[in-house]
Amino acid sequence: MAHLLKVSEELSSGIRAHGVETYPQECCGALLGRDGEDGREVLALVPLMNRRDDSPRNRFSITPEDVRQAEQNAKEHGLELIGWYHSHPDSPARPSEYDREHAWPWYSYIIVRSEAQGTREMTSWRLSDDRASFAPEAIEIAARAPA
Amino acid sequence: MAVKVIIPTPLRPYAGKQESVDLQAASVGEALETLTKKFQELRKHLYADDGKLRSFVNVYVNDEDIRYLQREKTQLREGDTISIVPSIAGGR
Repeated sequence: MAHLLKVSEELSSGIRAHGVETYPQECCGALLGRDGEDGREVLALVPLMNRRDDSPRNRFSITPEDVRQAEQNAKEHGLELIGWYHSHPDSPARPSEYDREHAWPWYSYIIVRSEAQGTREMTSWRLSDDRASFAPEAIEIAARAPA
Repeated sequence: MAVKVIIPTPLRPYAGKQESVDLQAASVGEALETLTKKFQELRKHLYADDGKLRSFVNVYVNDEDIRYLQREKTQLREGDTISIVPSIAGGR
């Protein structure tokens, strides 16, 4: 079954802005929203600090403490923690082998390509049950934030 | 010892959609072994091919990271809560 991820123009721009802000390093953050039978919807972002001080240009890391705080944040706002975003500076917005090795199932993983001039393609992915690959998740950009 | 294992959201589809699982175990290792025997699809997401816990799988006993205790040999007490908490990592 094909997956669908709805994101407002505003939140999509927020992810891109974070990628621009941290370029040439990778940005990262949490996606909060809702998960239903007709797809998922991102309703808020939680920009996070990339904890990979040693190699931020090609790696990102979010600590379990940050994960717990993002979960708490979601709960306080009546939302779910549905996934994560990060940028690939000067690299395609496709999961790398490193992304796959470290991924969790169920979560949506948004990747955006960042460059010196700004950002380019933005994609989303879900890890397969057998961990062997990622399935693409269609992103539907809504013109306005949901009411 | 009767303990509770909190299942993180991304693994709940492989644990009968349960938020937590009650089981009997004397150590963290035994608890995780019992859990993955009951829900075999969990195993590949928790353990690497070498049989070790994946680096991005963090296990706590009552909010203490087992890396600061005796890791999987950490002994459990009646009523302990084991939490499995993700780290998130990746990169180009």
